[in-house]
Amino acid sequence: MLETARRYRSDGISPVRVVQDLIAKIKTEPYNAYISYDEEGALRTAREAEKALEQNGEELLIGLPIAVKDNICTKGIPTTCASHILANFVPRYNAHVVERLRALGAVIIGKTNLDEFAMGSTTISSFKGPTKNPWDMTKTPGGSSGGSAAAVAAGLCAGALGSDTGGSVRMPASFCGITGLKPTYGSVSRFGLVAFASSLDQIGPMARTAHDAAILYDAIKGHDPKDSTSVARGYRHTPLDGIDLKGVRIGVPQVFFGAGLAHDVERAVRYGQKVFEELGARIVAVDLPHIPYGVAVYYIICTAEASSNLARYDGVRYGMRASGAKDLLDLYLETRAAGFNTEVKRRIMLGTYVLSAGYYDQYYRKASQVRTLIVKDFARVFEDCDIILGPTTPCTAFGLTDMIDDPLSIYLLDIYTIPANLAGIPALSIPCGFGDTGLPIGMQLMAPAFRDDLLLSAGIAFQDVTNFHRVKP
Amino acid sequence: MKITASEVEHVARLARLNLDAQEIARFQRELNSILDYMDLLNEVDTVGVEPTVHTQSISNALRQDELQPSQDLRDALANAPRQKDGSIVVPKVLE
Repeated sequence: MLETARRYRSDGISPVRVVQDLIAKIKTEPYNAYISYDEEGALRTAREAEKALEQNGEELLIGLPIAVKDNICTKGIPTTCASHILANFVPRYNAHVVERLRALGAVIIGKTNLDEFAMGSTTISSFKGPTKNPWDMTKTPGGSSGGSAAAVAAGLCAGALGSDTGGSVRMPASFCGITGLKPTYGSVSRFGLVAFASSLDQIGPMARTAHDAAILYDAIKGHDPKDSTSVARGYRHTPLDGIDLKGVRIGVPQVFFGAGLAHDVERAVRYGQKVFEELGARIVAVDLPHIPYGVAVYYIICTAEASSNLARYDGVRYGMRASGAKDLLDLYLETRAAGFNTEVKRRIMLGTYVLSAGYYDQYYRKASQVRTLIVKDFARVFEDCDIILGPTTPCTAFGLTDMIDDPLSIYLLDIYTIPANLAGIPALSIPCGFGDTGLPIGMQLMAPAFRDDLLLSAGIAFQDVTNFHRVKP
Repeated sequence: MKITASEVEHVARLARLNLDAQEIARFQRELNSILDYMDLLNEVDTVGVEPTVHTQSISNALRQDELQPSQDLRDALANAPRQKDGSIVVPKVLE
């Protein structure tokens, strides 16, 4: 992003030219990173950006082509959630984050691929087919924001937005060798983000560097009265020169390095830990005893919330409607049967079950109580450290056809990313090495709520002395 | 077996999903395996622990009770699959 912004100002390159080149690339891109692109709108805003630059516009985002995950509403541009049920849905308004980016002069270049309704960790279940990892076309880019991650990694946009409910920004960031932030819950408005699990969903930036991610985060964060869970408070701007890590206490929980972690991932994350030590950080041992329950808690809470949120897709007010229904109930049953894919149905079924009479206490209430214990674990640990460090994912990117028929194994891939969503705290994934087969590896940093600035500036300091983020596929 | 085929059918009805026999068999198998995994939570003592439904301490977000413009009718109906005279058309509900 920074590089393109500089070229606009010092080399006199026009954003119109950059956007034209990019659209041409997107039209033939082999990764299936994009669901749609907005040639007309992008060129129009690029021409506006050109004028703004001629008048010495200072906003860094002016003319920068940004990709947006296709579950974030864009006025006049289809927003499909990669689902047949919303294939023809064209929002009449912009999501708050899109309004913010547009107001700062960014160009919305297109909409990126995802697992249907952001439910998945592979970007395979999209109605447009899977996205492929730019590092190895036979591998998944991770998910659910796999299209945004692949687009950033392949240079098909300057930066992107994803959404993260249980790791959907960080996991693909890790698999594609880029930087991704899951912000503090409530710090970025969810207005215009198609709801999956409302107590967990956050929109987050994805970019090549922590510096770029910080610029995007600073652009989209802040209070929005249209989202009743948006927090009104003062938000710190990220120190874009990084921070001095001397004396910063980094907690390393043993639970993140147990069985199931691939040895090449462990090696890379330990290397990242060493870099932080060399920068002056102090490593402290911390204990998060309830982390092993995170996946079970998450898949009860997120499916319960999803079953409720997705009740709105009934074929009546918008979206697909099944033809030939004999009555209203039949219309609901047939529309939903035809409109959703297997994973979405599976989650609606599980969520409906855990909320149903007789099972609510056993599953939903129990999970919400264990969630409290996870929240308390983090509160206690953050008395002893400023940042928590660990892996983002247990392994590097795997084959596009691996694990398709084993939902539980896929769910378990989220073991390191889920806790931050359950606790509402910010978490950042940054590249920290490459695995045995040359695929990128991400390291995850977590901080107390509303210290996204600390994570991003620590990431900037790390990337000042490492080169993993500079390697391109 | 935690969940029987007829329970799967019942839940599908609650969720307003028409499932075919193959899907019912598949979901019964998969939901049982996922629910078995959820038993892990029984290890945790949660007596007296308050449930968390939201991580930030926000109470109701209210605004002044003043008239504000809202979406106009044409926009609100723009994505409706069938409409007539400013209303959404659905199959007959009352005989």
